[in-house]
Amino acid sequence: MDFNLKIWRQKNAKDKGHFETYRVTGIEEDASFLEVLDILNEQLIREGCDPVAVERGCKSSGPVSFDHDCREGICGACSLFIDGRAHGPDEGVTVCQLFMRHFKDGATITVEPFRSRAFPIIKDLVVDRTAFDKILQAGGFISVRTGSAQDANNILIPHEQAEESMDAAACVGCGACVATCKNGSAMLFVAARVSSLALLPQGRPEAARRARNMVAKMDELGFGNCTNTRACELECPKGITVAHIARLNREFLKAKFSE
Amino acid sequence: MADKLISKIPDGPLAEKWTKRKSELRLVNPNNRRKLEIIVVGTGLGGASAAASLGELGYNVKIFCISDSPRRAHSIAAQGGINAAKNYQNDNDSVYRLFYDTIKGGDYRSREANVYRLAEVSGPIIDQCVAQGVPFAREYGGYLDNRSFGGVQVSRTFYARGQTGQQLLLGAYAALNRQVAAGTVTSYPRYEMLDLVVIDGQAKGIIARNLVTGKLERFGAHAVVIATGGYGNAYFLSTYAMYSNGSAAMQCYRRGAYFGNPCFAQIHPTCIPVHGEQQSKLTLMSESLRNDGRIWVPKKTEDVMKLRKREIKASQIPEEDRDYYLERRYPAFGNLVPRDVASRAAKERCDAGFGVNENGLAVFLDFSDAIKRLGRQRVQERYGNLFDMYFKITDVSPWEEPMMIYPAIHYTMGGIWVDYDLQTTIPGLYAIGEANFSDHGGNRLGASALMQGLADGYFILPVTLPDYLSNKFFEPKADTNAPEFEQTEKEVQARIDRLFAVNGKVSVDTLHKKLGNIMWEYVGMTRNEAGLKEGIKRIRELRDYFWENVCVPGTQYTFNQELEKALRLVDFFDIGELMAIDALHRKESCGGHFREESQTPDGETKRDDKNFMYVAAWEYKGEGKEPVLHKEPLDYQFIKVATRNYKD
Ligand SMILES: Cc1cc2nc3c(=O)[nH]c(=O)nc-3n(C[C@H](O)[C@H](O)[C@H](O)COP(=O)(O)OP(=O)(O)OC[C@H]3O[C@@H](n4cnc5c(N)ncnc54)[C@H](O)[C@@H]3O)c2cc1C
Ligand code: SF4
Ligand code: FES
Repeated sequence: MDFNLKIWRQKNAKDKGHFETYRVTGIEEDASFLEVLDILNEQLIREGCDPVAVERGCKSSGPVSFDHDCREGICGACSLFIDGRAHGPDEGVTVCQLFMRHFKDGATITVEPFRSRAFPIIKDLVVDRTAFDKILQAGGFISVRTGSAQDANNILIPHEQAEESMDAAACVGCGACVATCKNGSAMLFVAARVSSLALLPQGRPEAARRARNMVAKMDELGFGNCTNTRACELECPKGITVAHIARLNREFLKAKFSE
Repeated sequence: MADKLISKIPDGPLAEKWTKRKSELRLVNPNNRRKLEIIVVGTGLGGASAAASLGELGYNVKIFCISDSPRRAHSIAAQGGINAAKNYQNDNDSVYRLFYDTIKGGDYRSREANVYRLAEVSGPIIDQCVAQGVPFAREYGGYLDNRSFGGVQVSRTFYARGQTGQQLLLGAYAALNRQVAAGTVTSYPRYEMLDLVVIDGQAKGIIARNLVTGKLERFGAHAVVIATGGYGNAYFLSTYAMYSNGSAAMQCYRRGAYFGNPCFAQIHPTCIPVHGEQQSKLTLMSESLRNDGRIWVPKKTEDVMKLRKREIKASQIPEEDRDYYLERRYPAFGNLVPRDVASRAAKERCDAGFGVNENGLAVFLDFSDAIKRLGRQRVQERYGNLFDMYFKITDVSPWEEPMMIYPAIHYTMGGIWVDYDLQTTIPGLYAIGEANFSDHGGNRLGASALMQGLADGYFILPVTLPDYLSNKFFEPKADTNAPEFEQTEKEVQARIDRLFAVNGKVSVDTLHKKLGNIMWEYVGMTRNEAGLKEGIKRIRELRDYFWENVCVPGTQYTFNQELEKALRLVDFFDIGELMAIDALHRKESCGGHFREESQTPDGETKRDDKNFMYVAAWEYKGEGKEPVLHKEPLDYQFIKVATRNYKD
């Protein structure tokens, strides 16, 4: 298969950024989208690989930077906005699990970073998502010290409840929800964590406080408000639903009333 | 210098060794802890759990990782589960049995005392994780559920769907976040360690590159902990994450830490086969699938040919024409033989011409019996996400046709040599998780890496490290203006400058793939003397070629992924070479290390206990010089060393 890749290029946080279009040919249907970027980068290196590359005087912008690691859909590193959709056209996958058989041969594909106020661009398609870490540091944990736990089977958790908690815990922290939301809200991400812990007996004691602290942190870090557009849910690669936002709201209200 | 290899194993009965050691270890008073700084490199299960636990104790911890968040460490990808000797299933499991299975699974090349301790702390790990909110699978009554993994006859594996590593890591990461909030831990994401700083023979800090600005930075501490994972990406194609690397381990090796059993690498039997030239990594299909899936190839060559030409489908081949070769060769363990055995058996069938995909390098993993026996619902609950993943990648549904699988590099049992306290041969330098060599001998059993990483991080290092620190609190932490920091940084800078100066035309990935091919062909699933010698020669030639032809575009002072990869590849050459040297010297077969010269008449591994019952610890002697071998004898006092037998 052959494609035209129209890719966002930006040298650093301060650079204005622009699109560049490249042609890649001879791609296998079974290749993943990130493998196509690998192939493109090989090509760019070959072409621009004259003694002095980019910043050292060469014209090409050099290979394209993008975040990735596991390439199995679980680490949450990959984060591309493809043809206007977070993680591209296939449903329920991160972009590392997007395969070229989902594209029309010869298509022009637009590739952008996950854009949001709270995720400044570092370079090309790479953004800074440390705000997510900060939200979780504000309360996304159960306060248990190493070595102080009781026997695991002393806490009984019905099968369905454990499964529901697991559904929420499947969030990979990719930020597709934020990049998709017109307000740039991180509500789905926050709700997934709050909900997963609130569904477990171990997580109950701190549930309300956790919700309040995490939401406060989210606001402080420049994420927008949730206005229930539900766009996030549609683009979440891990099927996190807005039902978790409802649970978060309940915990949040409890926290308010107890103040 | 062999005296450096003091394993510090406490004497006394096996079951009392750890208790004894704990009672001897010195403590640090809480007021003094905050004066002590500890660097932890790596945020996988090992690093995150260690940093969180040390932070809780009140030490001042700095933790580093390559990715943009600690949560993305390679551990996140572990699928199948984590072992613990809880005996919740009442199937007569015990600490002793987990210990015994692990030693036997490792083909009698690990330390009894270490492995026993690992089994001892396995139970508390599960308690800890449940308390953190890890949503392990539950039975309807609310109790924890278990499954079986290869090489054992009990059900002791705890799991969270096919995402156990993710959930355990999120638990450890949450504990880490709690300490970041408490101010005891500072997190440095997008920082890569590029060298270790040793002052007066002790580890005192690191040089790291800020991957966003590209600047080199110096960090001083009272002790350094390496938790940087395994080095299997030397083979390029593997189940590892793309950033997994062996560089930190090599940096420590070059600064004097001995490297243990480098040739012990694990090849996992159930991975999605290679599909073409453009592939960047291999995807694991969890071993848990072997609980219910049956592995086979056709008995008849005609069927193989038709499959390859896509004239028939696997499901059309009648039962009597299928060769369930694992069940045939190993009736007692069947499809659940250890990984090394299952991998070689697959290779044997494919080499004999029965491989089922176009290039003849695949076997079937079939669920049709399981679906009939358990029903779709149960199979969906157990393996649903793995089936989805397989379908997404291959476009073939395992509900209709069997999966195709083939072995791939997956784990490295070898690593930095450590004593019983997890300290390396450099005082003040510790290694935990997959980065050390400690517990798995010649082969690791499934679901035991997560157990080991968390055992090291939650329960062992936080007890042993204070012993070293106990007389350090009056010393200020290392001064980063000291000449040793200056010099080490200079050397790192020189390495970077040298890379840019090559100005060649060949990309880093192209050269990495070449290295991978050499490794797979000569240092792969089976090895022999002539091949290993050839492999070493080719690795050296490729390294020379690299230094004349590599292209590293861009500059140092930007986000530059090509530079990152080039720096890692430089170290992969050294690791690959060291693996081959070790494999060449170990003339026996054991565990995952199969020397063709040393096999039984029916093609099983043949150990040579008389000559090779030791840990090979290699000492670096300088660039271009042969490393020196030191031997730590393995003295089995508590179990009878036997031939590993999975047939009856
Ligand atoms: C696909 C797959 C499935 C698996 N499934 C299982 C399973 O079901 N059960 C089981 O027990 N085991 C499993 N394993 C093995 C297990 O996941 C690993 O052995 C284990 O997670 C390793 O953990 P770790 O903490 O040692 O290192 P890792 O998780 O590999 O973490 C390494 C860390 O070090 C950092 N790092 C590396 N180099 C540097 C540097 N120079 N500077 C700064 N940071 C650095 C990385 O960024 C990362 O944070 C699986 C492995 C794979 C590949
Ligand atoms: S909720 Fe979904 S989209 Fe948002 S970070 Fe988590 S996995 Fe990504
Ligand atoms: S690279 Fe890990 S989820 Fe895509």
